[in-house]
Amino acid sequence: MSIASLWRTRQQRYSLEGEICPECRQAIFPPRDVCPHCSEAAGPLHTMSGRGEVYSYTKMFNVPNGFLAQRPYTMALVKLEEGPMVTAQLTDISDEEVEIGMPVEMVTRKLREEGDSGEIVYGYKFRPVFAAGD
Amino acid sequence: MPVGEHWDLSVRHIAYHAIAAALEEAGADQVDALFVGNMLSGALLSQEHLGTLIADFCGFRNVETAKIESACSSGASALRVGHMAVASGMHDVAVVCGVEKMTDTTGENTTAGLATAADAEYESAHGVTFVGLNALIMQRYMYEFDVPLDGFAGFSINAHRNGAHNANAMFRKPISLDTYLNAPLIATPINIMDSSPVCDGAAAAVLVASERVGDYVTGHHPGAVQILASASANDTIALHDRRDPLFLEAAYVSSQKAYVESGVTPADISFFELHDAFTIMSALSLEATGYARRGEGWHLAADDAIGPNGRIPISTMGGLKSRGHPVGATGMYQIVETVQQLRGEAGEGQIANASIGMAQNIGGSGATIVTHILGS
Ligand SMILES: [Zn+2]
Repeated sequence: MSIASLWRTRQQRYSLEGEICPECRQAIFPPRDVCPHCSEAAGPLHTMSGRGEVYSYTKMFNVPNGFLAQRPYTMALVKLEEGPMVTAQLTDISDEEVEIGMPVEMVTRKLREEGDSGEIVYGYKFRPVFAAGD
Repeated sequence: MPVGEHWDLSVRHIAYHAIAAALEEAGADQVDALFVGNMLSGALLSQEHLGTLIADFCGFRNVETAKIESACSSGASALRVGHMAVASGMHDVAVVCGVEKMTDTTGENTTAGLATAADAEYESAHGVTFVGLNALIMQRYMYEFDVPLDGFAGFSINAHRNGAHNANAMFRKPISLDTYLNAPLIATPINIMDSSPVCDGAAAAVLVASERVGDYVTGHHPGAVQILASASANDTIALHDRRDPLFLEAAYVSSQKAYVESGVTPADISFFELHDAFTIMSALSLEATGYARRGEGWHLAADDAIGPNGRIPISTMGGLKSRGHPVGATGMYQIVETVQQLRGEAGEGQIANASIGMAQNIGGSGATIVTHILGS
């Protein structure tokens, strides 16, 4: 991702800013011009809570350039409590505890050491949520 | 053109090799257009403008050229453009070539290049690869439908068994269940034997309007095969935006369009060249095209209904797994293999009484899906 693209998407990557469709009330992430649910013009900005659960996960051993230092890592599809699904890494986990349905919350972490222009890229990852007292 | 690691040849050489073979076999003495299916020449070779680059190298002048790109379905998308060109009467003779050169760079670069088929800002930026996306689908599929670890082995075993007979295949050795079970993991639960290899390849075909075959091709035209249907459909670019990540809606829609256009039903089809880039994609493709109920596609592999004598033979010349998956060329390898089967020229891998074949090429994690039905 270029610096311009990172700057444009900063509200999405740092605070999961999406939208609520004014027509069908469905949550949308990231923001779109057209609602994917009802095809009407998509609506006002809405920041997601950052809470969700693991829909699926994979531990990746072959990784692309820019991610070699973190290898291996666990990717997940996280179903946000508002409805949208996001693709993100899991963090602060041990291998054994990852399972489908596990509650997780968003945190901001370093995504890759070096972007296309040498910058460090930050963005959302998800970590397990533990019940109080755990 | 055999699929493999062609370090001694450039993209223009392998494309020319395939195009020259197609022209010679057809006996075509005229070319009006060249459509090149390719995904990664810009990212991996710093070379775009492939339509004209390859036309130039083939010695074509004053013809229409274009590169057609739709990720891993670029080959079938290019065929569809060629089909529209001759079916509309806009061109008399169109040549379509799918070509990909993936071994000129490092593995990490190729992995990153392939990831450009996903959403760059919301998938690839987080470090997910194509294997990773397929692994996310497979993990959830196994969870929802209670599939055992060896549930997908039959897809890989069938592909390797069939590919052994294909002179153009990259891996020509059958594998055992043990080989599959002991294969190293690349992204859990996907192991190397679930996954198709990175490689180079090119495949081509000559297209002429059916009623004018005799006017333009002098060679092998008793062997000409007809495109009975050609259809394409898209879905969301990102896996996470799918209505149901475990259902290939674009495969359903494009195959239904193709069934309607050709008047053919799934039961009429002699064999199915599906997009087995990963074993999970074979299961999902069979479910979306009407051969299995949702969550049951993997049973067809476990029961060997997909073998050469099964209910619906798939990957009859090795598929992406054994023949190889040179991404932008794959769709055209599927077409060439379908033609070989329909002409009865598939050698030891020949499907008995093959009269109608279906080929389906998938771009991205199910985002663009192109279906062709061919008949002899
Ligand atoms: Zn809406």
